[in-house]
Amino acid sequence: MTQTPVRNPAEHAEHHTHVDAAPSVLTARQIAEAVPGALRKLDPRRLVATPVMLVVEIGAAATTVMSVLDPSVMGWLVTVWLWLTVVFGALAESVAEGRGKAQAASLRALQTETTARRLHGGLGGTQEVVASTDLRAGDVVVVEAGERIPGDGDVIEGVASVDESAVTGESAPVIRESGGDRSAVTGGTLVLSDRIVVRITADPGHSFVDRMIALVEGSERQRTPNEIALNVLLTSLTVIFVVVCGSLYYLAGYSGAHQSWLVLTALLVCLIPTTIGALLSAIGIAGMDRLVRRNVLAMSGRAVEAAGDVDVLLLDKTGTITYGNRQAYEIVPVTGVTLTGAENAAVLASLSDQTPEGRSILTLVGRSMGGPAEATMVEFSATTRMSGVDSPGLSVRKGASSAVAAWVRDHGGQVPPETAEIVAEIAKSGGTPLVVAEKRNSDPARVLGVVHLKDVVKDGIRERFDELRAMGIKTVMITGDNAATAAAIAEQAGVDDVLAEATPEDKLALIRREQRGGRMVAMCGDGTNDAPALAQADVGVAMNTGTTAAKEAGNMVDLDSDPTKLIDVVEIGKQLLITRGALTTFSVANDVAKYFAILPAMFVTAFPALDVLNVMRLSSPESAIVSAVVFNALIIVALIPLALRGVRYRPASASALLRRNLLLYGVGGLIVPFVGIKLLDLVISLIPGL
Amino acid sequence: MSATLAAVLQILALVAALALSVPLLGRHLARVYTSPRHLRAESAAYRALKVDPEADQHWRAYAMSVLGFSLVGILFLFAFGRLQSLLPLDGGFDPLPSDGAWNTAVSFVTNTNWQWYSGEAATGHLIQMAGLAVQNFVSAAVGLSVAAAFARGLARTRNQGRIGNFWVDLVRTTLRVLLPVAFLIAIVLVAAGAVQNLHPVHEMTTLTGGSQALTGGPVASQEAIKELGTNGGGFYNVNSAHPFENPNPFTNLLEIWAILVLPFSMAWAFGLIVKDRRQGGAVLATMAVLLTVGVTLLTWAEMAGHGTAPQLAGAAMEGKETRFGEAATALFAAATTGTSTGAVNGMHESLTAPGGGVALFGMMLGEIAPGGVGSGLYGMLMLAVVTVFLCGLMVGRTPEYLGKKVSRHEMVLVAVYILTTPILVLVGAAIALTAPAGLAGLSTDGPHGLSEALYAVTSAANNNGSAFAGITSGTPFWNTLLGLLMLLGRFVPMVVVLALAGRFASANRLPDNAGTLPTHRPLFVGLLTGVALVVVGLTFVPALMLGPIVESLS
Repeated sequence: MTQTPVRNPAEHAEHHTHVDAAPSVLTARQIAEAVPGALRKLDPRRLVATPVMLVVEIGAAATTVMSVLDPSVMGWLVTVWLWLTVVFGALAESVAEGRGKAQAASLRALQTETTARRLHGGLGGTQEVVASTDLRAGDVVVVEAGERIPGDGDVIEGVASVDESAVTGESAPVIRESGGDRSAVTGGTLVLSDRIVVRITADPGHSFVDRMIALVEGSERQRTPNEIALNVLLTSLTVIFVVVCGSLYYLAGYSGAHQSWLVLTALLVCLIPTTIGALLSAIGIAGMDRLVRRNVLAMSGRAVEAAGDVDVLLLDKTGTITYGNRQAYEIVPVTGVTLTGAENAAVLASLSDQTPEGRSILTLVGRSMGGPAEATMVEFSATTRMSGVDSPGLSVRKGASSAVAAWVRDHGGQVPPETAEIVAEIAKSGGTPLVVAEKRNSDPARVLGVVHLKDVVKDGIRERFDELRAMGIKTVMITGDNAATAAAIAEQAGVDDVLAEATPEDKLALIRREQRGGRMVAMCGDGTNDAPALAQADVGVAMNTGTTAAKEAGNMVDLDSDPTKLIDVVEIGKQLLITRGALTTFSVANDVAKYFAILPAMFVTAFPALDVLNVMRLSSPESAIVSAVVFNALIIVALIPLALRGVRYRPASASALLRRNLLLYGVGGLIVPFVGIKLLDLVISLIPGL
Repeated sequence: MSATLAAVLQILALVAALALSVPLLGRHLARVYTSPRHLRAESAAYRALKVDPEADQHWRAYAMSVLGFSLVGILFLFAFGRLQSLLPLDGGFDPLPSDGAWNTAVSFVTNTNWQWYSGEAATGHLIQMAGLAVQNFVSAAVGLSVAAAFARGLARTRNQGRIGNFWVDLVRTTLRVLLPVAFLIAIVLVAAGAVQNLHPVHEMTTLTGGSQALTGGPVASQEAIKELGTNGGGFYNVNSAHPFENPNPFTNLLEIWAILVLPFSMAWAFGLIVKDRRQGGAVLATMAVLLTVGVTLLTWAEMAGHGTAPQLAGAAMEGKETRFGEAATALFAAATTGTSTGAVNGMHESLTAPGGGVALFGMMLGEIAPGGVGSGLYGMLMLAVVTVFLCGLMVGRTPEYLGKKVSRHEMVLVAVYILTTPILVLVGAAIALTAPAGLAGLSTDGPHGLSEALYAVTSAANNNGSAFAGITSGTPFWNTLLGLLMLLGRFVPMVVVLALAGRFASANRLPDNAGTLPTHRPLFVGLLTGVALVVVGLTFVPALMLGPIVESLS
């Protein structure tokens, strides 16, 4: 998975990407590699799961027997193309699976057996060297710089930087430490510095990497509820057409237009929904694959499907809606102080401040200045809640309003009442006020102004929420901020609702409340205390940086730990469902044209009047039937790229989506086969002996 | 007045009458199926039946009640037919043969009213009134009850599969809806000249000196429920083409109105029961669109005529109700096959080939335009679920209808419903056209013979009951085959509908939002119409090709 580019979360939101096409949809090499897998899938026992394709295979076998007993050019043409229809169907699934195999291979490389230093008798016990495959859940191991972590687990002692690029694709090392929300480590990752003690949490074969391999290979794939329901519909259509074609033998016999079983089999295969039947599982695999390409692992296809149905999105404010750090937005001078004066003081006070907030003040003012001579930097501390600079004749402070006010008063100054007003206003608007004050020589200290630090809402996020609203999805912002601040940010970002001062219990209660109203809820989380909510949500995306508990509770894991991805996940879920619906509609609509091709051809000899229904003016009955069969097979191949890529999806209301897709795949499905069959007929009619 | 103007005017009059009556009757129906109060007469009936009217039945109990009640009806009618000659008012007729009694019993209990016999030449007044007319009422009530149960199932939330009480629905439908409305229609029919008496056969001498036997009887009362309950079993063999059943153009229009009013009103009531009138409107609109297409095509086919004789006569006059004109026959034919009535005022055998094709297709649609009483509504709702499934995916959500998820179990039930009648029709047609006993009943061979057989099995499996009159179906083969088709075509779908009602009643109701597929907009009406036409078209076009289509093109 190292080949997958990892996008910076901020950049991601700015570019406002939609579900886009996967790279290199179908290459000749991919197809060639998929052929052996496809041929294995022709085993009728495996086809039982897709009755449509099983019927095609039985039909192909039957026409083979008929053609052997009574050879004819048409018989063999139909037979060959019926077999090709089955093969193409299997090929679609095989190609879809093949795309996951490459990723699985790179993950397998992680699983090379290593040795582990197990602590006998738990923490503080004696070390013994064992093979990593002998580790069981509950064992405690020591890992030091330069060693691979032998299995999934939680850090119970120490802190270390770990290279997880093999799993996440992210090259920068991450910190893993005991306690808190960054304690989970993945087997196969490399410790770069320090020493940690890890309690193993997974038995061999059940590790995170094992599950990832199974997922991307599709070997664990179970059919999803909607896929099963659609299969029921497809099967019932198949049964209807079996009855139609079977009874037609007798009806035609009565009418003196006797039909051979070969022709009726060809008709049957053309009518049953082979297109969607062949592509159905490929669509499902490709949907999971699209998530994997975004570095999201879905633990089940069911979760991907549920994502399409989500009604409520719970989004963490920090990282999803805002950049996650406060930035200086403006500097408000108090009366009697120039803006430049206030700005200069703010810059001076921030020179030693290495926090993002401090640096953002320099960025806002846009000029730096050398510190005064013999300056002593005063670092921010949790007790003083101020930072600044002291130099002979000039001291500057910047910090929480109460702390700075105390400092001013201690140094003989007065705090003008105006300051409190500015501070209150900034707080009300959702910002954080930092008061700036100075003391020159022996003058009393005075307040110069207030820096307005603002939680900056990501560019483009508002538009994204507008789209979600158009799709009928409600967004709820979750934040630990107080109600006023939360409301201000919510207003700016355009979310529908807000859960302020949220505790994990609040989150869980909110999810339950929405679910009781019949709504599907998606959320993301990383901490252990998020685990109950993640488990309760219909779609729970755990951040890979999060705890093992969170990862176990969620049904998806985002390897990039980018909470914005939740929106992508929903879009991918919808795209998956739309692709299924579009191809089903296309498949059924195709039948109309096939009737116009085949039925007149079947009966025109007995009833010449039916020739007026041969609207495509196909050259001969035989050519018409073969053309329809060939079209039926080729359309599967033609639609494999669409099945793998998914139909184009843009967020819109249900009505708009329906109108567009109906026009494209419903009306398109009516027209395309008329053109296709006519063109094929022009070629096929040239075959000698037909 | 030109024939075309007359055709247009009678359709306008019909539309106006329906527009006035459907909302009223619809509201009444919705109250009947949701009100907690019982009338005194009803309470007495529950005591007599020993049922608890407050019991909310699980769908299985509801279905068992429907099946049990219908089984008793079949056994009773069968016995009645076999023992006719031993009972009073027998009109001097022989008992029905056992295959005939079976066919008639099933036919009237399933609301099909296929008649293999001539009413005036085989059944006496008592069996007409106490046997057949009773079933005309209760078989219609059963259909309406099942539809009401389905609507309630959709309206309820987390109700453990409970969908109401069959006995309450049955009694209320009969007492509050069918009896009063049928009574009014009967009075109007009598006033307009329909016959209503218990006289024996009149022998009289005609002007030319020949002798004629005139059979009177309780005609008007039968006629009213025959149309209102979409039954269709005529007192006379020629059905509503008989002047005693249908004396003049006014009664003709009244009868067509009576055929259509309950199915349309039930769609209206559906909207009220699920507390979203727009949903009922969409269903009603789809029914109206399909019926309009049927009426237009049929009227055009009959008035334009085809072939030399019709063109000389100005229209295809053979077999038409010449008193009212071919347009009236066409309208009646479209209404009777669009519903599951099967009453006729002309001989469908003599419809032009395309006209006969339209009548056939109307039945093949599963009678949803507007369909039989009750069965039209639930048939349309089943197709709505299929439509939602196909199109719901295209909006990127797993499909739901009225906030009820459609997943695997629901889809299996819908699949069984959708599969039942096509399988019955096609397998039935294949058997009839292969077995010598089946072929013996056909009046001709070639495409028209195929149309006759196809029409008969389609009519039976869809519980219509109209016939291409050329067929001689009173043989053990046809009586048995058609009886089976009627029985399976009625009760398999009904059980499935009730099972689905139970599942929907148990399910949570999902709120709708901008991302949900709207099922009340014109787009959905168009889709539903399209899905009905395409699904039915794909199923039956090959068979139609060899019958009406070949005939039309030759």
